[in-house]
Amino acid sequence: MTANVVPALEVRNITKQFPGVLANDQISFTLLPGEIHAFLGENGAGKSTLMNILYGLYDPDQGEILINGELAKIKNPADAIRLGLGMVHQEYALVDTLTVTENIILGTELRNGPILNAKEASQRVRELSEQYGLAVPPDAIVGDLPVGVQQRVEILKALYRNVNMLILDEPTAVLTPQEADDLFRVMRELADQGKALIFITHKLREVREVADRITVLRRGKVVGGADPKTASEGQLAALMVGRDVVLKVDKTAANPGDAVLKVRNLKLRDDRGLTVLDDVSLDVHAGEVLGIAGVQGNGQTELVEAITGLQHLPTGSIELLGKDITNRPPRSITEQGVAYIPEDRKGTGLVLGYSIRDNLVLSTYYKAPFTKGLTFNDAAIDENAKELIETFDVRTPSATTTAGSLSGGNQQKIIVAREFTRENRLLIASQPTRGIDVGSIEFIHNQIIKQRDAGLAVLLVSAELDEILSLADRVAVMYHGKIVGILPIAEATRERVGLLMAGIQEQPNGK
Amino acid sequence: MKFTRARGVGLLGIFIAIVLIFAVNNSLGNKITEKSKIQSIWDFTSTIRIPDSANMKVDPKAPPVAAIELPTMITISLICGALVIAGGTLIAKNPERGWVAPYMSSVIALGFFSILLWAVANNSVDLSDTLSRVVRLGTPIAIGALAGIVCERSGVVNIGIEGMMLTAACFGYAAAAISARAIYGDALPESAVRGVVWMPLIIGILGAIVTGGMMAALHAWLSIRFKVDQVISGTVINIMAVGITGFTRTNFLLKFESPLRTGLPQMPLGPLADIPLLGPILFDHKPITYLMILMVFGLNFFLFRTVWGLRTRAIGEHPKAADTVGINVNRMRYRNVIIGGMIAGVAGAWFSLEGSFGFDDGMTSGQGFISLAAMIFGKWNPIGAFGGSLLFSSADALQLKVQAYSFDLPSQFMQMLPYVVTLIVLAGVIGRARPPAASGKVYEK
Amino acid sequence: MANEQQAPAETKKPAEAKPTKRSLPWLSEAIVPLLAILTAVLIGAVIVFISIPSNKLPAFDLSLYGSRSDWFFSTLPERLRVTLSAFTGLFSGAFGDWSKPSTIPGAISNTLVESTPYILAGLAVAVTFKAGLFNVGAEGQLLMGALGSVAVAAFMPQWFGVASIPAIIHLPAALLAGVLAGAMWGIIPGYLRAKTGAHEVITTIMLNYIALQIMDYLINGVMKDKSATLQRTPFIHENAALPRIISKATDPSLTGGQAYPRLFTTTSSTWDLRIHMGIIIAFVMVGFIWWLMNRTPKGFEIKTVGENPEAARYAGMNITGTVVGAMGISGALAGLAGTSQVVGLEYNLKAVFSSGLGFDSLAIALLAKSNPIAIVPAALFWGALRTGAGAMQINTGISINLINIIQALVIMFIAADQIVRWIYRIKQAEGGKITFNRSWGK
Repeated sequence: MTANVVPALEVRNITKQFPGVLANDQISFTLLPGEIHAFLGENGAGKSTLMNILYGLYDPDQGEILINGELAKIKNPADAIRLGLGMVHQEYALVDTLTVTENIILGTELRNGPILNAKEASQRVRELSEQYGLAVPPDAIVGDLPVGVQQRVEILKALYRNVNMLILDEPTAVLTPQEADDLFRVMRELADQGKALIFITHKLREVREVADRITVLRRGKVVGGADPKTASEGQLAALMVGRDVVLKVDKTAANPGDAVLKVRNLKLRDDRGLTVLDDVSLDVHAGEVLGIAGVQGNGQTELVEAITGLQHLPTGSIELLGKDITNRPPRSITEQGVAYIPEDRKGTGLVLGYSIRDNLVLSTYYKAPFTKGLTFNDAAIDENAKELIETFDVRTPSATTTAGSLSGGNQQKIIVAREFTRENRLLIASQPTRGIDVGSIEFIHNQIIKQRDAGLAVLLVSAELDEILSLADRVAVMYHGKIVGILPIAEATRERVGLLMAGIQEQPNGK
Repeated sequence: MKFTRARGVGLLGIFIAIVLIFAVNNSLGNKITEKSKIQSIWDFTSTIRIPDSANMKVDPKAPPVAAIELPTMITISLICGALVIAGGTLIAKNPERGWVAPYMSSVIALGFFSILLWAVANNSVDLSDTLSRVVRLGTPIAIGALAGIVCERSGVVNIGIEGMMLTAACFGYAAAAISARAIYGDALPESAVRGVVWMPLIIGILGAIVTGGMMAALHAWLSIRFKVDQVISGTVINIMAVGITGFTRTNFLLKFESPLRTGLPQMPLGPLADIPLLGPILFDHKPITYLMILMVFGLNFFLFRTVWGLRTRAIGEHPKAADTVGINVNRMRYRNVIIGGMIAGVAGAWFSLEGSFGFDDGMTSGQGFISLAAMIFGKWNPIGAFGGSLLFSSADALQLKVQAYSFDLPSQFMQMLPYVVTLIVLAGVIGRARPPAASGKVYEK
Repeated sequence: MANEQQAPAETKKPAEAKPTKRSLPWLSEAIVPLLAILTAVLIGAVIVFISIPSNKLPAFDLSLYGSRSDWFFSTLPERLRVTLSAFTGLFSGAFGDWSKPSTIPGAISNTLVESTPYILAGLAVAVTFKAGLFNVGAEGQLLMGALGSVAVAAFMPQWFGVASIPAIIHLPAALLAGVLAGAMWGIIPGYLRAKTGAHEVITTIMLNYIALQIMDYLINGVMKDKSATLQRTPFIHENAALPRIISKATDPSLTGGQAYPRLFTTTSSTWDLRIHMGIIIAFVMVGFIWWLMNRTPKGFEIKTVGENPEAARYAGMNITGTVVGAMGISGALAGLAGTSQVVGLEYNLKAVFSSGLGFDSLAIALLAKSNPIAIVPAALFWGALRTGAGAMQINTGISINLINIIQALVIMFIAADQIVRWIYRIKQAEGGKITFNRSWGK
């Protein structure tokens, strides 16, 4: 990195204010050709806002952007692409029903007049994919491809537009560790061919593995830079959250009792006939946390929905405390003592337009004391709200505030409060801390352990391997709808679990 | 045994087949007492004629190319038996996908055929004419479905097609009537009386297209600019259409004297129209019907082979993805909704200039909604939607056809047939059909 | 309800999270609907102004006026006069000619009679709006209700081979039959929606046409009054009729020998009113639906399914049951609207029975923002508009279809309230917009 190289991108004093939040505060940085520049920060640190500004999706309130040393106005993504800046979003901007080629050429089509030149386009895609070592089938429908391949399509989409800068927003979130390694190889290859890459992540390990340079963001500000070769994970973590973080949750060893939940031979196919659950069997015992690790979309969602009665099962059986609950209505399963934190808190866990008060009785409204005779008992519902808001530290101006106006962490606390205060025997938590602040994460982790210590069986599903490793007493790994291994926590090293997540089978004794 | 869609459809098919066979048995049985010539219900025959259209021009009594005499009861029994067996297989096998729509289509098509045979027991029916009616009556439904496809493929639900058609029918007719008077005065010149006066009719069609486009522009404005729920906005269009057309008709059309008396003419395509069976079905129609067939295949080409089509499919499926590659989603949606409205305008012109000549209140009689059902049936593909339209229009064609015969079923039941069929088809296939993912959703950056 | 003392001091929420209190909350709620109506009526006035029938104006004569535009401008005062008379006609039709006080009770009674089915059908649609469904089938449900009630009200004694059945049994039976028939016609699309995903907009419209054919068949068939020249059913039995509130005694020669009940009988023509107990039933239903939606777990389920069906499912609510139930309640209410028309007002069922009530009820429910209490003023407004429109058509020759245009404009301005807010410079209110389960499939 010599000083006289003109930066591919230079950002000066970018500031962006949203109602109530200063998302970006005087951010400046440079990006040099041929380097991988990592941006590290926890959720809500302002990384995505910054990238959306660069990509023309938001207008900054202040500040300027220079591309190749010249002042640039980026009003929309088309401008960004024209200036040589491409982006791979966290949620892929791919149209599932179109082919790989169609997705790649969309917007800059090869054409004869108004007619698409499909042959030439697919040829061009094939060439590009060979040039950068990104293997994709040009004529396959994107929705049928695994996420790892979809990501390559996203990268090719940018390369097809001749970008020389590429922003990768949390690209490893949905990849297995092995797929992630493959991505890092591609990133390196691109950098070697002179492209400049911005790599956004909150995973400390990854930045140290692939980045040339690290910038850490916290609460919308650049709080420091680091050299990946010298900085330790602890240092980076402290920079990221602003204090020393306890990466481990305080807990004693588990004291497992009888099996509360017995799942046997679940099999399920989706609408397209693809296997979603493949002979899944597992037990969860009282007083233990069984963590289910796996890359998203490997059947975890369906498994949990089958247990909670939300997904109809053609084959297999589920027993709760010795009673068969297969394909029972969700409410009857809940009433037998199952608490459930769904993975999509805004879409399924809460009614965002309802008050906190109403959300706190969303699954118990029909029972005494909330309903008396035919009508609601407002006093009891109010009392319940008051009590739970206090106990679970929900930060809100009042109980009648709508759930939609709260922060993610406080929303999640409403669900936790509602679910944990029933008479429970089994607790199912799906991605319980996704996208929420560190304080709320700690609070929820402690609540989960408290429930375990009170003798509940806990089934924890998380895409965050760290979360599984710090909370679980046993770790089950799912891959392509199958449980590919169940390890006691002592044997569950990151490497072993990572291999299992990639579907690489172990020798017997795993189960 | 779980109750699934396939099993439900199978059960329904068996039920229909059994009801049909009993009804026919009963009805034909009653006919025996009236006429002594026939000894048993098995003696009834239904004759299907394929007339010789070429020779009939010279000699109206020319013998038909073919006259197939079918034993009524045996044929209907065989059909119903086959439907019961197929329905039973559907129930037993419970296939996950792929067989529901074909089975349902066969139940409907064969059921209609049986009703036709039943109605013409001891009589004969002109098959060419019946099938030609199916195509003719399917025209507005198919065009309406194309309008729906253009809108929904780009992510805007268009429940207002009915209203767009109705308004277009009204103002299309008004445009033709007014322009005829402007051109010819109070009466057509002698030379024009016998021939077709094209000018006002073309102006009428253009008027209908513009009207449809304007109503669609309102829909687009409400649902894109103001982000009004698209179902509500479509309903606004439908109610507005009733008001505007009723108002225009009573305040203006009823009092207006136009010299124009006939609408779009029959246009047989030369020798092609003389091919037995195929000629009347495909090559002996009025202009908008030909236009419909062109539009079906044209839209299919445009949707899947052109840049416009690719972008349209993209913005209806994942508008954000399209936006990030520089496609202006809302501008494109405006444009496509208006194009859709213009297509619906052509369907409107069919009602007042081709199907009949003149405008009546509510003359679209729910066909716009049936179009939407045809669009769903065809899984948002033009050719599939065309097939759906023919399925629905065959109900209407049958209903009109059997009026000519002394038939046991009350006319009201025959008249509700198109609506019942739409209801059943919609309930039977919709779960299998996946609408464009962004359809109905406002796009906000 | 509120729990303000709970607000912890350390929260720093954005301002909009705080519940705002205004001095007259209902006024701020009502301002946009009122302005929407005003704007729609003004546009209606402009349409009248431009399209006044030529026989109401001095004829265009080239020698007198020189050109069409001169003619237009010289007729301006005349146009203004006709437009005003259209609206005074509208008003006096609905509320009576206030210079002739004897017309007032009759006009107001007519407005209330017209509003009765609007209240019930408006409530019917409002319930489905709450459940996130768009019920365009009030028309068909109303027809089925009318058919069900007329079957029982006119033919029940025949079924049991008796001359008459006591009112205490016959009237409730007729009401129940209408309610159940309407409910059935609501449950069908509800079930199809919940189980197969068939969109209720299309299915209810198809069912409207089917109901129309069924009615046509029955009125021309088994239910036809053979002695009548009109296509209609026989008059209902007097014991199955809802009493009028105040009216002259019926003339049995006009009602097939039946003497229908009145609460108060009068001989004065001024007080010979058509208003019947149906309006009381409608008010009772308003109270009932308010109670159901706001005070009971069932209402909570309906609202939750409408707000977020997935969250409702995850919370263990029975989606199918709730959707079918909401459509059933809705159908029952619309059926009751048809029933009250038959047993309270018409006393028989004619081939031309209802017109456009399905769309009217959509407009009313949107105008009232699905609030059961607000349905009453919205329906009264609509009833007044419809009643007055008849008088207007007679006064000015302006087509009654003008009302349909005004109606569409009202819905448009309510749904796109930004237009109204922009015209009158009113700030955007917080709170959500109306949305429905929008996709076609499941």
